[in-house]
Parts: sequence; structure tokens; C-alpha cells
Amino acid sequence: MTRRGFIITIVKGAALAALPAGALKVLSPSEVMAAIKETPVLWGFVVDTYKCVGCGLCVKACKQENEIPLEVPVSRTWVERYIILKDGRVLIDSPHAGANGFTSQKVNNIEVNPENIAKAFFVPKLCNQCENPPCVQVCPVGATYKTTDGVILIDRKWCIGCGYCIQSCPYGARFFNPILRVAEKCTFCYHRISQGMKTACVDACPFGARQIGNLKDRNDPVTKIIQNERVSVLKDAFGTKPQVYYIGMDENVR
Amino acid sequence: MKSHVWRPLWVAIGLVVVILIARSFVVPSDFGVGDRGFMYSYHRKSNLNEWKAFKVKYRTKEYCKDCHEDKYKSNMASKHKVIQCENCHGPAIEHPENPEKLIVDKSRELCIRCHAYLPYASSMRSKIKGINPVEHNPDDGCSACHDPHNPDI
Amino acid sequence: MVHGAEWTTKELFTYPNEYIYWTIQIVMYPLMTGFVAGAFVLSSLYHVFGQKDIKDLAKFSLVFSFALLIVAPMPLLFHLQQPQRNTEVFFTPHFTSAIAAFGMVYLIYMMIVAAEVWFVYRKHFVEQAIALIGKGGLINFVNRLIFNLLTLGAYDIGEQAVHKDEKLIKVLAGIGIPVAFFLHGYAGFIFGSVKANALWTTPLMPIIFIMSAVVSGVALCMVTYIVIMEWKKFRAKKKHEDQVSVEIKGAEVDVIRKTSKYLIAAMIAAMTLEMLDLVFRGYTAMKSWDILRSVIYGKDFFNIFVLQYLCGNLIPFILLLIPGLTIRRAVIATLLVLLGVFMMRWNVVIGGQAFSNSYAGYMHYSMPIIPHNLEAFKEGAAGALVIAILPFVFFWFFNKFAPSLKFKRDNNE
Repeated sequence: MTRRGFIITIVKGAALAALPAGALKVLSPSEVMAAIKETPVLWGFVVDTYKCVGCGLCVKACKQENEIPLEVPVSRTWVERYIILKDGRVLIDSPHAGANGFTSQKVNNIEVNPENIAKAFFVPKLCNQCENPPCVQVCPVGATYKTTDGVILIDRKWCIGCGYCIQSCPYGARFFNPILRVAEKCTFCYHRISQGMKTACVDACPFGARQIGNLKDRNDPVTKIIQNERVSVLKDAFGTKPQVYYIGMDENVR
Repeated sequence: MKSHVWRPLWVAIGLVVVILIARSFVVPSDFGVGDRGFMYSYHRKSNLNEWKAFKVKYRTKEYCKDCHEDKYKSNMASKHKVIQCENCHGPAIEHPENPEKLIVDKSRELCIRCHAYLPYASSMRSKIKGINPVEHNPDDGCSACHDPHNPDI
Repeated sequence: MVHGAEWTTKELFTYPNEYIYWTIQIVMYPLMTGFVAGAFVLSSLYHVFGQKDIKDLAKFSLVFSFALLIVAPMPLLFHLQQPQRNTEVFFTPHFTSAIAAFGMVYLIYMMIVAAEVWFVYRKHFVEQAIALIGKGGLINFVNRLIFNLLTLGAYDIGEQAVHKDEKLIKVLAGIGIPVAFFLHGYAGFIFGSVKANALWTTPLMPIIFIMSAVVSGVALCMVTYIVIMEWKKFRAKKKHEDQVSVEIKGAEVDVIRKTSKYLIAAMIAAMTLEMLDLVFRGYTAMKSWDILRSVIYGKDFFNIFVLQYLCGNLIPFILLLIPGLTIRRAVIATLLVLLGVFMMRWNVVIGGQAFSNSYAGYMHYSMPIIPHNLEAFKEGAAGALVIAILPFVFFWFFNKFAPSLKFKRDNNE
């Protein structure tokens, strides 16, 4: 090989090597994140499980507000009941997503002796509006997306109804809208919060178990709770970084 | 390049061109990458406004208090002040235009959402005055004895 | 009614929104793409690696693989809630989604297979187009039109041109193998990348799918080839053309014995990977293992260990290994292998949804048999049957123009 040929080969090789590196740089996640415009709003949610009494008014309000029929068992938000017995057994139920409240001591039609209960509590659930939403990542057509203010929405006119997002949500927050036959999930009542109202479930809760706030505002009560109190999120091992924080979470909560 | 072996390639390129042309007609012009990058915000931008325009149904007490001031005041003086009017009266939507009358839920099922006693010491539920709905006047409506706006009686 | 409520029974605690959303059609989907990939690999063994003794089967596999390829996306279409919007997958593909990759990989792969078929049959198309010149009748006219269209205007079948075709066949078959693997590997990735599902999420999933794809494709081509050839022999016998039928049988056993060796090799690889996955899950015993164990060794024991591993792997494995393989034994073995692969897909897709993401409850899928409404048809036994039959219909149709099954050996090839 001549010297000239060798140099040309080197230059070509370097150019070739530089090409993918350059392409990668354009798409690097950190750069994309840096490109995100600083917005004054990032929605966050706090659930205080000590305050929840399992009345289910939040579920009822949510369903009516967001036009999900009351008689179907699927729901954008739901309430779970946990009963941990003294022998260590855990009983969990959420009949009808908790839309009619919890009015019986029976769990899954089985009578529970109050003597045997070590602890019992209610856990409201909703979409966690994850920072890294796996449901958005897997949508094949760009029908679901994360807004600048941190809420994940579904384009009902574009969803093809493949169910991939439903499968990829570790929290079971998504389902098929029984009327529209497209993927459906909690939107933090985007139509309400974007005009200064609270979500329907927050408004409906008589006990203040649910709160929504702006995480970018240091004086927001929700931000203060997250910053100053001991809170946790659901299933953090999945790396989804939920934006719904829980007070008084128990290790048995699924 | 004159060889016949390239013909399938032309067909393939033709197919791609057809798809691209069809795409330009079908895909809305506002479809694109949003603030959160390709992975999390590749979408039809106008969908955001469609969600913002979704109809509000629950209006909260603020919406009720001006017309129904007396009811509002008596409720706010009672233990039931924490409860929204619409939790029992139903969503106001555009009341009094639409609907003209709200349907009040007077069922036992509504009251026992909170007042069916559950022996859960670790939950706030056990702090609420509760009854056993099977034993406590099972055939009567709660409002026969208790005034929901002033429930202390 | 809620989608999924039709066939889902829940047990203990499941999240209210959880149903079996991916049903029989999503079982059929990897099954079909698996057949495509496997059939193509089989045909490539001849075209690329020059395994001349399976030439007959290879030619058939190529056309059959194309017929299967047309059907492969149909299960997806059947299971969509908004099937009329399916083109969006091509128009606004989201490349972080494994399903979106489908649109691209599928199209590329289809072009490769179509081009290969074209190069294999170009000479035939030209010959037919020329032979039909001057023949009257509407059918002849339509046929001539189709054959003329199929030639894409390339009528040169001189020695040099045909030699070029052969070179291109080799190149396309060569490119086709990795693309076929990719096509099916990503089908595995669709499942493997769902981190929310404890059963699916494993990096082994794409490789497991590829290996079982080869197994299923080879087995399906073998059994289809045998059935068609036996049928032809039966017909020939009826016409008292005894000499022909003897010739067919001789050719078959050789081909089948040779192919069964590839099948055995692929089965060993597939089994090893699946066992590795199972052992690894048990050994590492992550949080999800409790519920997985109760599904694998409890609720799905019959499906997994009896139908899939015993009937679908072990028994056919032994049947194929016993020396002196006969056609009859090969048919039984390959049918069992197909059952095994079907059950493998079933146990992955349905088994993955047999437990709640809360790890505190179970869901059971009862496949709708009677198609009493559209949903029960689409996502029930009837819909699956349609998908299963369609490749054979397409193959029968394609075979009219690209005859891949001749019962006399061509001397000029």
C-alpha cells in the first residue's frame, strides 16, 4: 500500500467513524431534554392514604366527569382496599373499581373477623403520569404523548387500539374506552387543570386524601409535601419515575 | 444500470414513493415532535386543544353558593361541610340551563359509602360515625331521620 | 361492554382495568411470522448454502413463505380496535415502538422475498407469456396479461440473463436470512421489551422466538410438502400411473430425512434457550417468581409441560431421532412439533396475561368458540381458523403462476 493510499484510507475510516457519532449526538436524550423549554408548570399529585376512607366518591366523580359509564368495571381512577391479617395473609379487593365505595366487611365475598385484622387501609390509584412513560414509548403511531406540563394524553382520533400501551403499563392505569374503543387513561382532568380548576377526584374527595399541584412552584402545598414529608411512589423499580406521590404507603401495596 | 436485475428495485422504490405520497395526504400537517423529544412527544399537536376543550361537568361549591346561599350556609355550618354539593346532587354541568333540574341521590347506598362502619383501626374510616347497614333500619331511607345538610340530629 | 370481559375470568385481586387484551390473534401473529422466517430459512439452505438434496422442498418453501408473509400481519389487523386506522403504522411510525418497526421491516422483507420469487420464476413468467401469445379466450387473455405484468417488462431469458438471475437469487436469499431473523426477532422483542410483564421481559425472548420460528417453519414446510405430494401420488395412482408415484415416494423420503436433521438441530437450540430462561428465573427468584411459579408449575402446568414440552418437543424429538425415518412417522412428529410451537406461543402470550401485574391474582382466558358477535369472531377460534387457512389459499393461488411443486424432476434446472 502506498503512503498516499494509506492516508486516504485513514481519512475515509475517520469520516466513517465520525458519521454515527455525529448522528448519535443529534439524538442524544440529554440534548433533547435540554431543548425542552422551561415551563412554569409541571403537574404532580399527592395521595394521603391515611385520609382515604374508601367512600369511592372520587371514582364516581371521575367517571361522570370523563364520560366513562358507571356500570363498567374499568376506570381512570380506582380505590383498593388492603386488609392485612394477623397471620400475615393479605386480602385485597377493589369491587367495581371502588366506584360504589366499600360498604361491607366482606372481601371477595368472604367474611373477615375483625379480631384477625392487623391493619387495614384504602389506597386510591390513578395514572402516575410517569416521567419516563413506557406506555408512550411503545405506541406504534404516536397516538399518545407527554405534554410539556407533564401529563400523558391519548389522541382519540389517532389511536389504532393495538393495546400495546395497556400491556406496557406496570400500574394497570390504561384500558380500552368501552364506547370509543381507543386506549383510555387518567388525564389529570387536563380540561380542568388547564383552566385553573382541580381534578374531579380532588374536588370530590371530602377528606383531602387527594391533592394536585404544580411541582415547579415551591410554595405549592403539593410541592411542599413532596419536599418536606416522607413520600414514596409505586413500583419505582421499573424506572418509570411516577409523578403521583403517596403518604403512608405500606409494603403490601401492589 | 441497464440490466433487468434492477427492475424489482424500481418496483420497491415506486411502492415507497406511493406510501410517501399517501402519507402527505393522510397525516395531519401538525403531526410532529413536541417539546419532550421524539420518544415522548411525537404526536398530532392540535390534540392538546381538543383535550382542553373537553366539557367540564363538576363545578364545585363555588358554582352553587350564589343561587343556593341558604343551603350553602347551612351545609357549611355542619359536619358535612367537607362534602361537595355535587357528590349528592350530581354534576351541575350548565345548570340551571342544562340540566334544568339536578337529580338528587337520596339512596342509602350513598350515605353508607362513609357511614357503613368498618373496623379498620388504622384507617380514618373507623373514626366516622358508622352503622351496620344490614341492622340499622334497613328498610328506611337515611333522610327519613337525618337531614343531610345538617346531619347532627 | 368492556373489551376483554367477554373471555376473561378473574381470580383473587387484579387491577380493575386488567383484562386479557391480547388474545388468540396475538398467538397467531408470532406463529405466522415464525412460519415465514422458518420457511425462508429452509429455502435459503438450498439457495445460499447449496444444500442440493432439499432442492424440491426449498423451492416450495420460498413460495409458501411468500404466501405466509401476506397473512402474517392479518392477525394484528384482526385484533386492532380501530382496524381502519392500520395504515398509520406506515405513515407515522414511532421507532421506539417494536410494533412500528414492524411496518418497515415487514415491507423490506416482503420486497426481498418478492424479488427473490421474481428472479426464481422470471424465466417461467416469460415462457408462459410467450406461450400464451395468439391463444384466444378470456382466461388466456387475462393470464397473458398477468404473466406480462409479472415479467416487469424483462423478456431476456438468454443464458447470460438467467445466470444473472441466479446470482441475484443467491444475494437476496443471503440478505433475506438476517432480515427474516430480524423480522421475527423483533416479534420476540415486542414481548421481551414489555418490562411491566414479568413473564415476557427477558432479553432471551427474541432469540427464543427466532429458534422456535425456524423449528415451526421447517416443520410446517415438511408436513405441507408431504401432504401435497402424497395427494398428488394418490391422484396419480388413481390414474394408474404407477411409475410416477414410485418416483415421487423415493424423492420424498430422502428430502424429509435430510430436512428432519435441520429440524432436530433447531429444536435442540430452541429447547436449550427455553430451559435456560426457566432455570434462570427460578434461580434468581425475583419478586415476580412467586406468581410466575404458581402459573408455570400450577395453573399452566398441562399447557406448558404436557402439551408444549412433552407432546410438542420430547415425543417428536424421539420420533425423529429413531433411525429409518418413515414418511408416516415424520408426519406425526412434525404435527406434534407444530402443536408444540403453537402451545409455546400460547403460553407466552396468554400465559403472560394469566396473572395480574399486582402479583396478587390471576386471569383466565376462555377462547370464544362460537362467533356470536364480531368480537367473538375476530378474537376467537373462528378468526384464528381463518388466519390458519389463508396461507394455504394464497399458496394455492400463487402456485398457479409460480409452480413450486412438480412431481417430475426438471432436467434443465
